[in-house]
Amino acid sequence: MSETHSETVAYVRETMLPPEPPPLAESGAIKWLRENLFSGPLNIALTFVGLGIVWLILSTVGPWLSHSVWNAGSMAECRQIIAETWGQGASGACFALIKHRWNQFMFGFYPQVLYWRPVLAFGLLFLALAPVLFSESAKARRIVLGLSMVLTFVIAALLGAPVAALLGMAVLMLAWAALIETRPQWSLLASLVYPFIAVWLLWGGSLWSEAMVLAGFGLGFAVWRVLAARFGLLAFALAVVVAAAWWLLLSGPLASALAGVLPLRLRPVSSDQFGGFVLSITIGVAGIALSLPLGVILALARRSDLPVIKLLAVMFIEFIRGVPLITLLFVASLLLNYFLPPGTNFDIILRVIIMVTLFAAAYMAEVIRGGLAALPKGQYEAADALGLDYWKAQRLIILPQALKISIPGIVSTFIGMFKDTTLVVFVGLFDPLKAMADTIRASFEWKGAYWEPYIFVGAIFFILCFGMSRYSMYLERRLKRDHR
Amino acid sequence: MKKSVFFGSVTAVALAASGALAAEGDTLKEVKARGVLNCGVNTGLIGFAAPDANGNWSGFDVAFCKAMAAAVLGDATKIKYVPTTGQTRFTALSSGEVDLLARNSTWTFQRDTDLKLDFIGVNYYDGQGFMVRKDLGVSSAKELNGATICIQTGTTTELNLADYFKANNMDYQPVNIDSNAEGEQQYMAGACDAYTTDASGLAATRASFADPENHIILPEIISKEPLGPAVRHGDNNWGDIARWTLYALIAAEEYGVTSANIDELAKSSQNPEVQRLLGTTDDLGKMIGLDAEWAKRAIKAGGNYGEIFAATIGEQTPIGLARGLNAQWTQGGLMYAMPFR
Repeated sequence: MSETHSETVAYVRETMLPPEPPPLAESGAIKWLRENLFSGPLNIALTFVGLGIVWLILSTVGPWLSHSVWNAGSMAECRQIIAETWGQGASGACFALIKHRWNQFMFGFYPQVLYWRPVLAFGLLFLALAPVLFSESAKARRIVLGLSMVLTFVIAALLGAPVAALLGMAVLMLAWAALIETRPQWSLLASLVYPFIAVWLLWGGSLWSEAMVLAGFGLGFAVWRVLAARFGLLAFALAVVVAAAWWLLLSGPLASALAGVLPLRLRPVSSDQFGGFVLSITIGVAGIALSLPLGVILALARRSDLPVIKLLAVMFIEFIRGVPLITLLFVASLLLNYFLPPGTNFDIILRVIIMVTLFAAAYMAEVIRGGLAALPKGQYEAADALGLDYWKAQRLIILPQALKISIPGIVSTFIGMFKDTTLVVFVGLFDPLKAMADTIRASFEWKGAYWEPYIFVGAIFFILCFGMSRYSMYLERRLKRDHR
Repeated sequence: MKKSVFFGSVTAVALAASGALAAEGDTLKEVKARGVLNCGVNTGLIGFAAPDANGNWSGFDVAFCKAMAAAVLGDATKIKYVPTTGQTRFTALSSGEVDLLARNSTWTFQRDTDLKLDFIGVNYYDGQGFMVRKDLGVSSAKELNGATICIQTGTTTELNLADYFKANNMDYQPVNIDSNAEGEQQYMAGACDAYTTDASGLAATRASFADPENHIILPEIISKEPLGPAVRHGDNNWGDIARWTLYALIAAEEYGVTSANIDELAKSSQNPEVQRLLGTTDDLGKMIGLDAEWAKRAIKAGGNYGEIFAATIGEQTPIGLARGLNAQWTQGGLMYAMPFR
C-alpha cells in the first residue's frame, strides 16, 4: 500500500490532525453567557438590572451578615463588639440572641431537665414513619433508621437525659428497628401505637391513661371484627358504642388501678409550657397525620351516592374552607370556653390540633377529590366488573391511583398547614416565629433585635418544608408506574 | 319549620351556657380549689411582663399577679401565666380562661361597661407621647403637621392620635404597625418621622437604640392612659380582693413597709394602720374571705409598690422611668390607697 502511495500521489497525510479547540465564542463560559444572559437587547438589559439588584442586596445585607456576632450576652454587648471590631457606625447581625435563647426557640418553656423527652418523641417519629415512607427501598430505610437512632441518642445524651432513660431509649429503638427489619407487617402496628407513646413522652403523666385510650380502640376493633360478619354496618355502630362506653366508664378507674400496681409515670408537663419548634412540630405532625385519613373520608363522602352523606360532606368542606383559620383558632381558644361547663379543662393544644386538622382536612378532601375525578371511568367500572364491593374497590383500585395522582397537592397542603402552625400566636401560644421572638425582644437584654429571629426561624422552616417537598418528589418517582 | 327548631335549640344552648356562666362567679373558691391562679399577662412587654431565658416571668404587671397569688393561695409561684394578645385579652377574661388580667390595659368607659370588665384600680398612670429623630428639628408635637407617624393598630393610642391631630387642626400620615418591635424597626428604617406609643414604652424603646442620643421624646403627653388590672363583672368579692391587694402594695409604700422590714414591723409597729394592714390587729382578711395575713404575704412576694416599680421599670433599670405621676400622693403623685380600716 505504502508503495502505491509514494508513487501515485505527491502528498498524503498519514496521521489525523489533532482536534482544534472550538472558537472562543462558541464554547465554555462565554458561549453560556452569550446564549443565556446576552442573547438580545432585552436580555442584556434584564441581565444588568438583575446584577444591579443582586449588588444592591449584597451591598446592604452583606456587611450586616459578615459582621455578625455569635457570642454576646446582650444587645448592648453585641453592638460594642461590632463597634470595636469593625469601627464606629458599622452595623452587624447579632445572632448571639439565637445562641442565648436557643432553648426557648427549640423547646419553649419545657422544663430543662426533660428536654430529652421531646427529642426522643421526635426521633421515634422517624422510626414510626420509616416503614411507611420508605417501604420500597431497604437502603433508604436503613439510612433513615440508623441516622435517626444515632442522632436521637447522641442529642438526648448531650441534653443530659438520665442514664435509665438513655438505656430504655436504646433498647426501645433497637427493638423497634429489629421489628421493622424482620416483621415489616407488625411494625406498621407499632407505628399506629407511636402517637400514644409520643403523647406520653411530651405531656408526661401516667402511661396507663394513654394505654386505656388505645385499649378502647382495640376493643372497638375486636367487637367490629367479631360481629361484622353477622350484623354488617350495625356491628360498626356497636363497636363505637362499646369503645365509647369503655372510655367513659371503665378506662379511668382501670387506669388508676393499674397505675397503683405498676406506676409508669413521667413528670407531667402542661400545655402552657410548650413553645418554639416543639409546639410547631407537635401541632404540625398531629395535624398532618390526622388530616390525611379525614380528608380521604371526606373526599369519598363527597362523591358518595348517598345524598345525606354527600350533603354533610359538602356542608362541612365548604364551611371550613370558607372560614379563615384564625377564626377557627379563636373559636377553639375563646368561644369554646363559653359553651363548655365552667371548670372544664380542655387542653388548649388539643383544641388547636383539632381545629388545624379540620381545616387541613377540608382542603385535603378537595385535593383528593381531584385525584378521584382524574381517574378514568374505566377503572371504576373494572372494579365493579371484578365484583368488588365499595370498600374493596376503593382500597384496592381507586384510592392507590387517586392518591398517587394527588401527591403534589397533598404535600402542598401539608406544607401549608405546617407553616400555618405559626398562627397559634393569636391564641397566646408561643410559636417560634412571632410570639417567641417578640417575647425575647421584650427582655432587657435583647430589646432592639429585629431581623435575627425572623431569619433564623425562617431558615429552619425552610429546611423542614423543603425536606417535605423533596420527599414528595422522591415518592412520585418511586410510584411512577405508567408512561415510562 | 325545621330551621326554626334548629335555631331555637341553638339559642337555648347559648342561653343555658350563658346562664351557667353567670351562675359560676365564685372565683375565689374556684382558684382555691384549683390551687393555681390563672393570670392573663402580655405576651411580652419590656419591664411589664416578659419571661427570661429559663421561662420565669417577671415584670411590673407580673409582680401584681404574684402578689395576688401570695394573698389568695399563700404561694407567689402558684400562677399559670396566660399570655394574651391585644385581641384576645378581654375575651380571655370574660370567658373565664383567666381569673385576673394584669396586662397594661387602659381603663376606659367602654371597656368598663360594655365589655363587662371591672378595673380594680390603676397600677401605672401612663400617657401617650412621641419620639422623633433629633435631626428632624422638631421640639414640640404641635410642629408635627403633615408628618408620617408609626402607630400600633387596635389600641387606644390610635384613637388618641386621631383626636389630638383633629383638635389641633393638623394632618398626619399613619403607618400602621402590629407590634412594638415592628414599630421600632419601621422608625429606625425611616418609614416614619415619629413613633407614638405610651411614654413608658417610648422610654424603653429609646434606651434600646444603638444611638439613643440622636432621638428625643417630645414633651407633650397627649392622652391619659391609666393602666390597671381587671377582673370580670359580677364577682364583687373577687374584685375586692384584687382591689385591696393593689391598695395594700401602695399603702405599704406609704407607711414604709418593705419586704425587708415587714416581719419586724408586723411584730413591733405601733402604727395602727400598719397593724391592721399586716393583720396584727383586726382581722380585715376575713371580710374578703381570706386569712389575717393576706396583705403581709402579698407585700412579701415582691415588695411594696415602690420596690416593684424600682425593680422592674424604675430609674435603676434600663428602662429608667421616673416615678412622675406614679409617686405617692404625699410626694405629689397620684398613688393613693384607700384607708385600711
